[in-house]
Amino acid sequence: MNLVYINSANGLSKAALETVTYAKKLGADVAVVTNGNAAAELLATLGAYGASTVLQDAGVDGQDPSQLVKLVAAAASKVDASTIIFSHDLIGKAVAPRLSVRLKAGLVAGAVALPEADGSTKVNVFSGKAFGFVKVNSAVRIISLLPNSIQPEQTGGNCSTEAFDSQAGSSAITIKATKKPEGAIPLPEAELVVSAGRGLKGPENWGMVEDLAAALGAATACSRPVADIGWRPHHEHVGQTGVAIRPNLYIAAGISGAIQHLAGVNGSKVIVVINTDAEAPFFKAADYGIVGDAFEVLPRFTEAVKRFRAAQH
Amino acid sequence: MNILVCISKAPDTTSKIAFTNGNTQFDENGVQYIVNPYDEWYALVRALELKEAQGGNVTIITVGTTADDAVIRKALAIGADDAIRIDAPATDAYFVAMQIAEYAKGKGFDLILTGKETIDYNGSQVAGMIAEALELPYISIATKLDVAGSTISCEREIVGGMQEVELQAPAVISCAKGMAEQRIPNMRGIMAARTKPLNVVAPAALEALTTFSTYSMPAAKSSVKLIDPNNLDELVALLHNEAKVI
Ligand SMILES: Cc1cc2nc3c(=O)[nH]c(=O)nc-3n(C[C@H](O)[C@H](O)[C@H](O)COP(=O)(O)OP(=O)(O)OC[C@H]3O[C@@H](n4cnc5c(N)ncnc54)[C@H](O)[C@@H]3O)c2cc1C
Repeated sequence: MNLVYINSANGLSKAALETVTYAKKLGADVAVVTNGNAAAELLATLGAYGASTVLQDAGVDGQDPSQLVKLVAAAASKVDASTIIFSHDLIGKAVAPRLSVRLKAGLVAGAVALPEADGSTKVNVFSGKAFGFVKVNSAVRIISLLPNSIQPEQTGGNCSTEAFDSQAGSSAITIKATKKPEGAIPLPEAELVVSAGRGLKGPENWGMVEDLAAALGAATACSRPVADIGWRPHHEHVGQTGVAIRPNLYIAAGISGAIQHLAGVNGSKVIVVINTDAEAPFFKAADYGIVGDAFEVLPRFTEAVKRFRAAQH
Repeated sequence: MNILVCISKAPDTTSKIAFTNGNTQFDENGVQYIVNPYDEWYALVRALELKEAQGGNVTIITVGTTADDAVIRKALAIGADDAIRIDAPATDAYFVAMQIAEYAKGKGFDLILTGKETIDYNGSQVAGMIAEALELPYISIATKLDVAGSTISCEREIVGGMQEVELQAPAVISCAKGMAEQRIPNMRGIMAARTKPLNVVAPAALEALTTFSTYSMPAAKSSVKLIDPNNLDELVALLHNEAKVI
Protein backbone atom coordinates (compact mmCIF):
# COMPACT_ATOMS: atom_id res chain seq x y z
CA MET A 1 0.00 0.00 0.00
CA ASN A 2 1.15 3.57 -0.76
CA LEU A 3 0.23 6.16 1.85
CA VAL A 4 -0.08 9.86 1.07
CA TYR A 5 -0.19 12.59 3.71
CA ILE A 6 -2.16 15.67 2.74
CA ASN A 7 -3.24 18.73 4.69
CA SER A 8 -6.90 19.26 3.85
CA ALA A 9 -7.56 21.93 6.50
CA ASN A 10 -7.79 24.64 3.81
CA GLY A 11 -9.31 22.51 1.05
CA LEU A 12 -7.44 20.35 -1.44
CA SER A 13 -4.42 22.11 -2.91
CA LYS A 14 -2.98 21.29 -6.30
CA ALA A 15 0.09 19.97 -4.46
CA ALA A 16 -2.17 17.48 -2.64
CA LEU A 17 -3.66 16.24 -5.92
CA GLU A 18 -0.14 15.88 -7.36
CA THR A 19 0.93 13.63 -4.48
CA VAL A 20 -2.13 11.37 -4.82
CA THR A 21 -1.55 11.12 -8.59
CA TYR A 22 2.12 10.29 -7.94
CA ALA A 23 1.22 7.55 -5.45
CA LYS A 24 -1.26 6.06 -7.93
CA LYS A 25 1.38 6.01 -10.66
CA LEU A 26 3.73 4.11 -8.34
CA GLY A 27 1.41 1.15 -8.78
CA ALA A 28 -0.02 -0.12 -5.50
CA ASP A 29 -3.32 0.91 -3.85
CA VAL A 30 -3.37 4.39 -2.38
CA ALA A 31 -4.51 5.36 1.10
CA VAL A 32 -4.56 9.00 2.18
CA VAL A 33 -4.13 10.28 5.72
CA THR A 34 -5.17 13.81 6.57
CA ASN A 35 -5.70 16.14 9.51
CA GLY A 36 -8.46 18.73 9.91
CA ASN A 37 -12.19 18.57 9.41
CA ALA A 38 -12.66 18.88 5.65
CA ALA A 39 -16.09 17.68 4.48
CA ALA A 40 -16.33 13.99 3.57
CA GLU A 41 -17.67 14.92 0.10
CA LEU A 42 -14.52 16.94 -0.57
CA LEU A 43 -12.21 14.11 0.53
CA ALA A 44 -14.22 11.64 -1.56
CA THR A 45 -13.13 13.54 -4.68
CA LEU A 46 -9.61 12.13 -4.10
CA GLY A 47 -11.01 8.84 -5.43
CA ALA A 48 -10.87 10.27 -8.93
CA TYR A 49 -7.09 10.74 -8.54
CA GLY A 50 -6.53 7.18 -7.39
CA ALA A 51 -7.11 7.08 -3.62
CA SER A 52 -9.13 4.15 -2.27
CA THR A 53 -9.35 5.17 1.40
CA VAL A 54 -8.98 8.41 3.34
CA LEU A 55 -8.14 8.30 7.04
CA GLN A 56 -9.16 11.58 8.64
CA ASP A 57 -8.10 12.72 12.11
CA ALA A 58 -10.17 15.83 12.76
CA GLY A 59 -8.54 16.17 16.20
CA VAL A 60 -5.16 17.21 14.74
CA ASP A 61 -5.04 20.78 13.43
CA GLY A 62 -1.79 20.33 11.50
CA GLN A 63 0.25 23.09 13.16
CA ASP A 64 2.77 20.94 15.04
CA PRO A 65 5.04 18.57 13.08
CA SER A 66 5.54 16.41 16.17
CA GLN A 67 1.80 15.64 16.13
CA LEU A 68 1.67 15.17 12.38
CA VAL A 69 4.51 12.65 12.49
CA LYS A 70 2.52 10.55 14.97
CA LEU A 71 -0.55 10.82 12.75
CA VAL A 72 1.29 9.62 9.66
CA ALA A 73 3.19 6.89 11.55
CA ALA A 74 -0.08 5.53 12.99
CA ALA A 75 -1.66 5.50 9.53
CA ALA A 76 1.42 3.85 8.02
CA SER A 77 1.21 1.05 10.53
CA LYS A 78 -2.57 0.66 10.04
CA VAL A 79 -2.36 0.30 6.24
CA ASP A 80 1.07 -1.39 6.27
CA ALA A 81 2.54 1.25 3.98
CA SER A 82 5.66 0.48 1.95
CA THR A 83 5.96 3.96 0.42
CA ILE A 84 4.84 7.17 2.11
CA ILE A 85 4.45 10.33 0.04
CA PHE A 86 4.44 13.99 1.09
CA SER A 87 4.47 17.18 -0.89
CA HIS A 88 7.90 18.83 -0.49
CA ASP A 89 6.09 21.95 0.75
CA LEU A 90 6.44 23.69 4.09
CA ILE A 91 4.57 20.92 5.93
CA GLY A 92 6.32 18.06 4.15
CA LYS A 93 9.73 19.59 4.88
CA ALA A 94 8.85 19.72 8.57
CA VAL A 95 7.23 16.30 8.93
CA ALA A 96 8.89 13.89 6.46
CA PRO A 97 12.36 14.05 8.14
CA ARG A 98 10.78 13.34 11.54
CA LEU A 99 8.98 10.36 10.05
CA SER A 100 12.22 9.09 8.51
CA VAL A 101 13.76 8.82 11.98
CA ARG A 102 10.60 7.48 13.60
CA LEU A 103 10.22 4.65 11.06
CA LYS A 104 13.92 4.34 10.23
CA ALA A 105 12.84 4.73 6.61
CA GLY A 106 15.01 6.49 4.02
CA LEU A 107 13.72 9.83 2.72
CA VAL A 108 13.97 11.05 -0.87
CA ALA A 109 13.59 14.78 -0.30
CA GLY A 110 12.27 16.83 -3.21
CA ALA A 111 11.65 14.18 -5.88
CA VAL A 112 11.03 15.64 -9.34
CA ALA A 113 9.94 12.44 -11.11
CA LEU A 114 8.67 8.90 -10.61
CA PRO A 115 11.33 6.34 -9.56
CA GLU A 116 13.60 4.94 -12.28
CA ALA A 117 13.68 1.26 -13.26
CA ASP A 118 16.61 0.68 -10.85
CA GLY A 119 14.55 2.03 -7.94
CA SER A 120 16.40 5.32 -7.61
CA THR A 121 14.49 8.60 -7.62
CA LYS A 122 15.54 11.86 -9.27
CA VAL A 123 15.93 15.01 -7.15
CA ASN A 124 17.40 18.46 -7.74
CA VAL A 125 20.86 18.97 -6.26
CA PHE A 126 23.13 22.01 -6.14
CA SER A 127 20.02 24.20 -6.16
CA GLY A 128 18.87 22.96 -9.54
CA LYS A 129 22.29 23.06 -11.21
CA ALA A 130 22.25 19.23 -11.45
CA PHE A 131 20.16 16.14 -10.69
CA GLY A 132 20.92 13.31 -8.30
CA PHE A 133 19.39 9.83 -8.17
CA VAL A 134 18.66 8.69 -4.62
CA LYS A 135 18.48 5.05 -3.58
CA VAL A 136 16.76 4.12 -0.35
CA ASN A 137 18.39 1.29 1.62
CA SER A 138 15.46 0.60 3.99
CA ALA A 139 12.37 -1.58 3.42
CA VAL A 140 9.99 1.37 3.79
CA ARG A 141 10.71 4.53 1.80
CA ILE A 142 9.47 8.09 2.11
CA ILE A 143 9.29 10.43 -0.88
CA SER A 144 8.53 14.14 -0.72
CA LEU A 145 7.48 15.42 -4.13
CA LEU A 146 8.55 18.87 -5.30
CA PRO A 147 5.42 20.87 -6.27
CA ASN A 148 4.79 21.21 -10.03
CA SER A 149 6.82 18.10 -10.88
CA ILE A 150 3.85 16.14 -12.21
CA GLN A 151 0.32 17.17 -13.15
CA PRO A 152 -2.73 15.91 -11.21
CA GLU A 153 -4.50 13.26 -13.27
CA GLN A 154 -8.03 11.94 -12.87
CA THR A 155 -8.26 8.24 -13.57
CA GLY A 156 -11.73 7.73 -12.09
CA GLY A 157 -12.56 5.72 -8.99
CA ASN A 158 -14.23 5.97 -5.64
CA CYS A 159 -12.91 6.24 -2.17
CA SER A 160 -14.28 5.95 1.32
CA THR A 161 -13.50 8.25 4.24
CA GLU A 162 -12.95 6.87 7.68
CA ALA A 163 -12.57 8.76 10.97
CA PHE A 164 -9.15 7.93 12.41
CA ASP A 165 -8.02 8.60 15.97
CA SER A 166 -4.25 8.61 15.70
CA GLN A 167 -3.55 9.40 19.38
CA ALA A 168 -1.23 12.16 18.22
CA GLY A 169 -1.22 13.92 21.60
CA SER A 170 -1.36 17.66 22.11
CA SER A 171 0.42 20.43 20.22
CA ALA A 172 3.62 21.89 21.72
CA ILE A 173 3.27 24.99 19.55
CA THR A 174 0.99 27.94 20.35
CA ILE A 175 -0.17 29.98 17.37
CA LYS A 176 -0.07 33.72 18.11
CA ALA A 177 -0.94 35.14 14.70
CA THR A 178 -1.33 34.00 11.11
CA LYS A 179 -0.74 36.30 8.16
CA LYS A 180 -1.94 35.09 4.78
CA PRO A 181 -2.10 37.83 2.17
CA GLU A 182 -5.54 37.75 0.49
CA GLY A 183 -5.54 36.07 -2.89
CA ALA A 184 -1.74 35.71 -3.04
CA ILE A 185 -0.54 32.57 -4.82
CA PRO A 186 2.10 30.66 -2.80
CA LEU A 187 5.31 30.96 -4.80
CA PRO A 188 6.56 27.34 -4.66
CA GLU A 189 3.23 26.06 -6.01
CA ALA A 190 2.66 28.76 -8.63
CA GLU A 191 2.52 27.63 -12.27
CA LEU A 192 3.19 31.14 -13.58
CA VAL A 193 5.64 33.55 -11.95
CA VAL A 194 6.51 37.16 -12.78
CA SER A 195 9.80 38.23 -11.23
CA ALA A 196 11.81 41.44 -11.26
CA GLY A 197 15.21 42.66 -10.17
CA ARG A 198 17.26 45.72 -9.54
CA GLY A 199 16.54 46.92 -13.08
CA LEU A 200 13.14 48.10 -11.83
CA LYS A 201 14.97 50.88 -9.93
CA GLY A 202 12.68 51.11 -6.88
CA PRO A 203 9.77 49.55 -5.00
CA GLU A 204 7.40 52.24 -6.33
CA ASN A 205 7.69 50.64 -9.79
CA TRP A 206 6.40 47.19 -8.79
CA GLY A 207 2.85 48.08 -9.89
CA MET A 208 3.89 47.06 -13.43
CA VAL A 209 5.02 43.66 -12.16
CA GLU A 210 1.86 43.13 -10.12
CA ASP A 211 -0.36 44.18 -13.04
CA LEU A 212 1.21 41.60 -15.33
CA ALA A 213 1.00 38.96 -12.59
CA ALA A 214 -2.68 39.78 -12.02
CA ALA A 215 -3.46 39.61 -15.75
CA LEU A 216 -1.80 36.17 -15.98
CA GLY A 217 -2.92 34.84 -12.60
CA ALA A 218 0.74 34.55 -11.63
CA ALA A 219 2.69 34.82 -8.37
CA THR A 220 5.36 37.53 -7.97
CA ALA A 221 9.02 36.97 -7.14
CA CYS A 222 12.25 38.96 -7.05
CA SER A 223 16.05 38.73 -7.09
CA ARG A 224 18.04 38.68 -3.87
CA PRO A 225 19.28 42.31 -3.77
CA VAL A 226 15.69 43.48 -4.18
CA ALA A 227 14.67 41.58 -1.03
CA ASP A 228 17.87 42.57 0.79
CA ILE A 229 17.25 46.29 0.35
CA GLY A 230 13.64 45.83 1.40
CA TRP A 231 11.90 46.65 -1.87
CA ARG A 232 10.07 43.33 -1.65
CA PRO A 233 9.39 40.82 1.16
CA HIS A 234 11.97 38.10 1.83
CA HIS A 235 9.64 35.25 0.90
CA GLU A 236 9.66 36.49 -2.72
CA HIS A 237 13.45 36.06 -3.04
CA VAL A 238 14.17 33.24 -5.49
CA GLY A 239 17.51 31.65 -6.27
CA GLN A 240 20.17 29.52 -4.69
CA THR A 241 19.79 31.18 -1.29
CA GLY A 242 16.08 31.89 -1.63
CA VAL A 243 13.10 29.84 -2.80
CA ALA A 244 13.78 27.32 -5.56
CA ILE A 245 10.89 27.20 -8.00
CA ARG A 246 9.97 25.27 -11.15
CA PRO A 247 6.90 26.95 -12.61
CA ASN A 248 5.65 26.37 -16.15
CA LEU A 249 6.45 29.98 -16.99
CA TYR A 250 9.03 32.28 -15.36
CA ILE A 251 9.13 35.88 -16.58
CA ALA A 252 12.21 37.84 -15.42
CA ALA A 253 12.36 41.61 -15.92
CA GLY A 254 15.44 43.64 -15.03
CA ILE A 255 17.31 40.64 -13.62
CA SER A 256 20.86 40.04 -14.89
CA GLY A 257 20.78 36.25 -14.50
CA ALA A 258 23.66 35.70 -12.06
CA ILE A 259 24.56 32.05 -11.46
CA GLN A 260 23.01 32.14 -7.97
CA HIS A 261 19.74 33.47 -9.35
CA LEU A 262 19.59 30.93 -12.19
CA ALA A 263 20.20 28.09 -9.75
CA GLY A 264 16.78 28.58 -8.17
CA VAL A 265 14.77 29.10 -11.35
CA ASN A 266 16.32 27.02 -14.14
CA GLY A 267 13.91 24.17 -13.47
CA SER A 268 11.20 26.41 -14.97
CA LYS A 269 9.66 24.91 -18.09
CA VAL A 270 9.72 28.17 -20.08
CA ILE A 271 11.71 31.32 -19.29
CA VAL A 272 11.02 34.79 -20.69
CA VAL A 273 13.68 37.44 -20.11
CA ILE A 274 13.19 41.20 -20.46
CA ASN A 275 16.42 43.20 -20.19
CA THR A 276 17.83 46.39 -21.73
CA ASP A 277 21.24 44.75 -22.02
CA ALA A 278 21.43 42.27 -24.91
CA GLU A 279 24.54 40.80 -23.26
CA ALA A 280 22.80 39.99 -19.95
CA PRO A 281 23.70 36.37 -19.01
CA PHE A 282 20.03 35.55 -18.42
CA PHE A 283 19.39 35.44 -22.20
CA LYS A 284 21.52 32.26 -22.38
CA ALA A 285 19.05 30.52 -20.08
CA ALA A 286 15.94 31.97 -21.72
CA ASP A 287 13.47 30.49 -24.20
CA TYR A 288 12.09 33.87 -25.26
CA GLY A 289 13.93 37.16 -24.88
CA ILE A 290 13.02 40.79 -25.28
CA VAL A 291 15.86 43.28 -25.45
CA GLY A 292 14.04 46.34 -24.17
CA ASP A 293 13.11 48.59 -21.31
CA ALA A 294 10.98 46.85 -18.69
CA PHE A 295 9.21 50.16 -18.03
CA GLU A 296 7.80 50.02 -21.58
CA VAL A 297 7.63 46.26 -22.14
CA LEU A 298 5.82 45.21 -18.95
CA PRO A 299 2.74 47.46 -19.46
CA ARG A 300 2.56 46.37 -23.12
CA PHE A 301 2.89 42.74 -22.07
CA THR A 302 0.01 43.21 -19.62
CA GLU A 303 -2.18 44.75 -22.32
CA ALA A 304 -1.35 41.91 -24.74
CA VAL A 305 -2.28 39.32 -22.08
CA LYS A 306 -5.57 41.12 -21.42
CA ARG A 307 -6.38 41.17 -25.17
CA PHE A 308 -5.57 37.46 -25.38
CA ARG A 309 -7.73 36.60 -22.35
CA ALA A 310 -10.62 38.72 -23.69
CA ALA A 311 -10.43 36.96 -27.06
CA GLN A 312 -10.54 33.56 -25.32
CA HIS A 313 -13.90 34.29 -23.68
CA MET B 1 21.52 29.98 27.26
CA ASN B 2 23.43 27.19 25.53
CA ILE B 3 23.00 27.02 21.80
CA LEU B 4 24.20 24.32 19.43
CA VAL B 5 24.49 25.47 15.81
CA CYS B 6 24.79 22.78 13.14
CA ILE B 7 27.16 23.80 10.35
CA SER B 8 27.70 22.19 6.99
CA LYS B 9 30.27 22.97 4.36
CA ALA B 10 28.93 23.76 0.89
CA PRO B 11 30.61 24.53 -2.42
CA ASP B 12 30.96 28.24 -3.12
CA THR B 13 27.90 29.44 -5.08
CA THR B 14 30.01 30.17 -8.18
CA SER B 15 31.51 26.64 -8.28
CA LYS B 16 31.36 24.74 -11.53
CA ILE B 17 29.20 21.69 -10.86
CA ALA B 18 30.57 18.50 -12.43
CA PHE B 19 30.78 14.80 -11.59
CA THR B 20 33.46 12.10 -11.91
CA ASN B 21 33.77 8.31 -11.68
CA GLY B 22 31.02 7.62 -14.18
CA ASN B 23 28.84 10.39 -12.74
CA THR B 24 28.75 8.80 -9.30
CA GLN B 25 30.77 11.45 -7.42
CA PHE B 26 30.80 15.22 -7.14
CA ASP B 27 33.98 16.54 -8.76
CA GLU B 28 35.70 18.55 -6.03
CA ASN B 29 38.49 19.63 -8.35
CA GLY B 30 38.96 23.38 -7.96
CA VAL B 31 35.91 23.72 -5.71
CA GLN B 32 36.15 26.23 -2.84
CA TYR B 33 34.13 25.34 0.23
CA ILE B 34 32.23 27.88 2.32
CA VAL B 35 30.03 27.58 5.38
CA ASN B 36 26.54 26.80 4.06
CA PRO B 37 25.02 30.32 3.79
CA TYR B 38 21.82 29.54 5.76
CA ASP B 39 23.85 28.05 8.62
CA GLU B 40 26.22 31.00 8.73
CA TRP B 41 24.12 34.04 7.88
CA TYR B 42 21.03 33.15 9.91
CA ALA B 43 21.51 30.30 12.42
CA LEU B 44 24.99 31.24 13.63
CA VAL B 45 24.55 35.01 13.62
CA ARG B 46 21.20 34.83 15.44
CA ALA B 47 22.74 32.48 18.02
CA LEU B 48 25.55 35.00 18.59
CA GLU B 49 23.05 37.87 18.94
CA LEU B 50 21.07 35.92 21.55
CA LYS B 51 24.26 35.11 23.43
CA GLU B 52 25.42 38.74 23.32
CA ALA B 53 22.09 39.90 24.74
CA GLN B 54 21.51 37.16 27.29
CA GLY B 55 24.82 35.42 27.98
CA GLY B 56 25.56 31.73 27.45
CA ASN B 57 27.56 29.72 25.01
CA VAL B 58 27.46 29.03 21.28
CA THR B 59 28.87 25.70 20.15
CA ILE B 60 29.08 24.74 16.51
CA ILE B 61 28.95 21.15 15.36
CA THR B 62 29.64 19.47 12.05
CA VAL B 63 29.92 15.90 10.85
CA GLY B 64 32.96 15.69 8.62
CA THR B 65 36.63 14.99 8.11
CA THR B 66 39.77 17.07 8.66
CA ALA B 67 39.02 18.66 5.27
CA ASP B 68 36.16 20.49 7.03
CA ASP B 69 38.34 22.16 9.66
CA ALA B 70 38.72 25.28 7.49
CA VAL B 71 34.99 26.02 7.45
CA ILE B 72 34.83 25.29 11.18
CA ARG B 73 37.56 27.90 11.80
CA LYS B 74 35.58 30.36 9.69
CA ALA B 75 32.48 29.85 11.85
CA LEU B 76 34.64 30.26 14.96
CA ALA B 77 36.03 33.50 13.50
CA ILE B 78 32.51 34.87 13.23
CA GLY B 79 32.18 34.36 16.97
CA ALA B 80 31.20 30.84 18.07
CA ASP B 81 32.86 29.82 21.35
CA ASP B 82 33.85 26.26 20.55
CA ALA B 83 33.42 23.57 17.93
CA ILE B 84 32.71 19.87 17.72
CA ARG B 85 33.57 17.78 14.70
CA ILE B 86 32.15 14.28 14.59
CA ASP B 87 34.92 12.52 12.75
CA ALA B 88 33.19 10.80 9.82
CA PRO B 89 32.29 11.62 6.21
CA ALA B 90 28.74 12.97 6.01
CA THR B 91 27.13 10.10 4.12
CA ASP B 92 23.46 11.15 4.20
CA ALA B 93 21.15 13.47 6.12
CA TYR B 94 20.01 10.68 8.45
CA PHE B 95 23.58 9.74 9.35
CA VAL B 96 24.49 13.39 10.02
CA ALA B 97 21.37 14.11 12.07
CA MET B 98 21.68 10.96 14.18
CA GLN B 99 25.35 11.69 14.92
CA ILE B 100 24.46 15.21 16.06
CA ALA B 101 21.51 13.95 18.12
CA GLU B 102 23.73 11.33 19.71
CA TYR B 103 26.23 14.02 20.70
CA ALA B 104 23.62 16.53 21.92
CA LYS B 105 21.69 14.03 24.02
CA GLY B 106 21.78 14.94 27.72
CA LYS B 107 24.04 17.97 27.21
CA GLY B 108 21.32 20.47 28.05
CA PHE B 109 21.29 22.66 24.94
CA ASP B 110 18.38 25.13 25.09
CA LEU B 111 18.33 25.61 21.33
CA ILE B 112 19.61 23.55 18.43
CA LEU B 113 19.75 25.64 15.26
CA THR B 114 20.36 24.69 11.63
CA GLY B 115 20.05 26.51 8.31
CA LYS B 116 16.84 25.82 6.38
CA GLU B 117 18.73 23.62 3.90
CA THR B 118 22.20 23.19 2.42
CA ILE B 119 22.79 24.66 -1.00
CA ASP B 120 24.33 21.42 -2.31
CA TYR B 121 21.87 18.64 -1.47
CA ASN B 122 18.94 20.94 -0.60
CA GLY B 123 17.20 18.29 1.49
CA SER B 124 15.92 20.38 4.41
CA GLN B 125 16.11 17.18 6.46
CA VAL B 126 18.69 17.39 9.22
CA ALA B 127 16.84 19.65 11.69
CA GLY B 128 13.61 17.64 11.63
CA MET B 129 15.56 14.41 12.05
CA ILE B 130 17.45 15.75 15.09
CA ALA B 131 14.17 16.92 16.61
CA GLU B 132 12.59 13.50 16.21
CA ALA B 133 15.63 11.67 17.55
CA LEU B 134 15.70 13.90 20.65
CA GLU B 135 11.88 14.08 20.90
CA LEU B 136 11.95 17.88 20.79
CA PRO B 137 9.49 20.34 19.24
CA TYR B 138 10.58 21.68 15.86
CA ILE B 139 9.98 24.95 14.03
CA SER B 140 10.82 24.53 10.37
CA ILE B 141 11.96 27.53 8.31
CA ALA B 142 11.82 30.28 10.92
CA THR B 143 12.40 33.86 9.79
CA LYS B 144 12.49 35.38 13.30
CA LEU B 145 13.65 33.97 16.62
CA ASP B 146 13.48 35.43 20.11
CA VAL B 147 13.88 33.88 23.53
CA ALA B 148 12.56 35.18 26.86
CA GLY B 149 13.30 32.86 29.77
CA SER B 150 12.29 29.44 28.51
CA THR B 151 9.74 30.78 26.01
CA ILE B 152 10.80 30.78 22.38
CA SER B 153 8.91 32.98 19.92
CA CYS B 154 9.35 32.49 16.21
CA GLU B 155 7.94 33.62 12.95
CA ARG B 156 7.76 30.74 10.50
CA GLU B 157 6.82 30.34 6.88
CA ILE B 158 3.58 28.48 6.23
CA VAL B 159 1.97 27.60 2.90
CA GLY B 160 0.85 30.99 1.51
CA GLY B 161 1.95 33.17 4.42
CA MET B 162 3.63 33.59 7.79
CA GLN B 163 2.80 32.61 11.32
CA GLU B 164 3.91 33.81 14.75
CA VAL B 165 4.29 30.91 17.17
CA GLU B 166 5.47 30.23 20.71
CA LEU B 167 6.91 27.13 22.31
CA GLN B 168 9.03 26.08 25.26
CA ALA B 169 12.76 25.41 25.14
CA PRO B 170 14.50 23.13 24.41
CA ALA B 171 13.65 23.05 20.73
CA VAL B 172 15.13 22.59 17.27
CA ILE B 173 14.76 25.44 14.78
CA SER B 174 15.77 25.70 11.12
CA CYS B 175 16.67 29.26 10.19
CA ALA B 176 16.03 31.32 7.06
CA LYS B 177 16.33 34.83 5.73
CA GLY B 178 14.89 37.60 7.91
CA MET B 179 16.35 36.24 11.15
CA ALA B 180 19.70 38.05 11.06
CA GLU B 181 22.19 39.80 8.81
CA GLN B 182 25.41 38.28 7.53
CA ARG B 183 28.50 39.20 9.60
CA ILE B 184 31.95 39.53 8.07
CA PRO B 185 34.62 38.16 10.44
CA ASN B 186 37.21 40.77 11.52
CA MET B 187 40.93 40.25 12.04
CA ARG B 188 40.54 39.80 15.79
CA GLY B 189 37.93 37.12 15.24
CA ILE B 190 40.12 35.31 12.74
CA MET B 191 43.10 35.36 15.13
CA ALA B 192 40.99 34.22 18.09
CA ALA B 193 39.50 31.36 16.03
CA ARG B 194 42.91 29.71 15.76
CA THR B 195 43.04 28.96 19.45
CA LYS B 196 39.38 28.23 20.18
CA PRO B 197 38.65 24.61 21.12
CA LEU B 198 37.85 22.25 18.23
CA ASN B 199 36.96 18.91 19.76
CA VAL B 200 37.06 15.89 17.49
CA VAL B 201 34.60 13.21 18.59
CA ALA B 202 34.46 9.60 17.36
CA PRO B 203 31.24 8.79 15.48
CA ALA B 204 28.53 6.49 16.81
CA ALA B 205 28.04 3.21 14.92
CA LEU B 206 25.28 4.09 12.45
CA GLU B 207 24.27 3.31 8.88
CA ALA B 208 23.00 5.76 6.28
CA LEU B 209 19.46 5.18 4.96
CA THR B 210 20.02 6.60 1.48
CA THR B 211 22.74 6.85 -1.16
CA PHE B 212 23.13 8.88 -4.34
CA SER B 213 23.65 6.26 -7.05
CA THR B 214 24.35 8.68 -9.94
CA TYR B 215 24.12 12.32 -10.99
CA SER B 216 23.24 14.05 -14.23
CA MET B 217 23.26 17.54 -15.68
CA PRO B 218 20.18 19.30 -17.09
CA ALA B 219 19.87 19.32 -20.89
CA ALA B 220 21.30 22.48 -22.44
CA LYS B 221 18.74 25.09 -23.51
CA SER B 222 18.34 25.68 -27.21
CA SER B 223 19.10 29.27 -28.12
CA VAL B 224 16.76 32.09 -27.14
CA LYS B 225 14.05 33.31 -29.51
CA LEU B 226 14.13 37.11 -29.60
CA ILE B 227 10.85 38.98 -29.77
CA ASP B 228 10.34 42.57 -30.97
CA PRO B 229 9.64 44.76 -27.90
CA ASN B 230 6.83 46.41 -29.87
CA ASN B 231 5.11 43.13 -30.62
CA LEU B 232 4.02 41.62 -27.32
CA ASP B 233 1.00 40.01 -28.99
CA GLU B 234 3.45 37.75 -30.78
CA LEU B 235 5.02 36.70 -27.47
CA VAL B 236 1.63 35.97 -25.93
CA ALA B 237 0.66 33.91 -29.00
CA LEU B 238 3.92 31.93 -28.76
CA LEU B 239 3.42 31.29 -25.06
CA HIS B 240 -0.04 29.96 -25.87
CA ASN B 241 0.48 28.05 -29.12
CA GLU B 242 4.14 27.00 -29.03
CA ALA B 243 5.15 26.81 -25.36
CA LYS B 244 1.59 25.97 -24.23
CA VAL B 245 2.09 27.55 -20.81
CA ILE B 246 -0.79 30.07 -20.88
C1 LIG C 1 26.50 33.48 -1.75
C2 LIG C 1 25.59 34.21 -2.69
C3 LIG C 1 24.27 33.79 -2.81
C4 LIG C 1 23.39 34.48 -3.67
N1 LIG C 1 22.10 34.03 -3.78
C5 LIG C 1 21.26 34.66 -4.65
C6 LIG C 1 19.90 34.21 -4.81
O1 LIG C 1 19.45 33.26 -4.17
N2 LIG C 1 19.10 34.86 -5.68
C7 LIG C 1 19.52 35.96 -6.41
O2 LIG C 1 18.73 36.52 -7.17
N3 LIG C 1 20.79 36.40 -6.26
C8 LIG C 1 21.66 35.79 -5.40
N4 LIG C 1 22.93 36.28 -5.24
C9 LIG C 1 23.27 37.56 -5.90
C10 LIG C 1 23.62 37.43 -7.37
O3 LIG C 1 24.99 37.15 -7.48
C11 LIG C 1 23.32 38.75 -8.11
O4 LIG C 1 24.04 39.79 -7.50
C12 LIG C 1 21.85 39.13 -8.13
O5 LIG C 1 21.05 38.05 -8.58
C13 LIG C 1 21.63 40.32 -9.03
O6 LIG C 1 20.31 40.79 -8.93
P1 LIG C 1 19.64 41.60 -10.12
O7 LIG C 1 19.72 40.81 -11.35
O8 LIG C 1 18.29 42.03 -9.67
O9 LIG C 1 20.52 42.92 -10.19
P2 LIG C 1 21.68 43.37 -11.19
O10 LIG C 1 22.74 42.33 -11.31
O11 LIG C 1 22.04 44.72 -10.78
O12 LIG C 1 20.97 43.37 -12.59
C14 LIG C 1 20.01 44.29 -12.98
C15 LIG C 1 19.65 43.98 -14.42
O13 LIG C 1 18.60 44.84 -14.83
C16 LIG C 1 18.87 45.28 -16.16
N5 LIG C 1 18.13 46.54 -16.32
C17 LIG C 1 18.45 47.77 -15.84
N6 LIG C 1 17.49 48.65 -16.17
C18 LIG C 1 16.55 47.97 -16.87
C19 LIG C 1 15.33 48.34 -17.50
N7 LIG C 1 14.87 49.59 -17.44
N8 LIG C 1 14.63 47.39 -18.14
C20 LIG C 1 15.09 46.13 -18.20
N9 LIG C 1 16.22 45.71 -17.64
C21 LIG C 1 16.96 46.63 -16.98
C22 LIG C 1 20.36 45.40 -16.24
O14 LIG C 1 20.79 45.30 -17.59
C23 LIG C 1 20.81 44.21 -15.39
O15 LIG C 1 20.96 43.04 -16.19
C24 LIG C 1 23.84 35.60 -4.41
C25 LIG C 1 25.17 36.01 -4.30
C26 LIG C 1 26.04 35.33 -3.47
C27 LIG C 1 27.48 35.78 -3.40
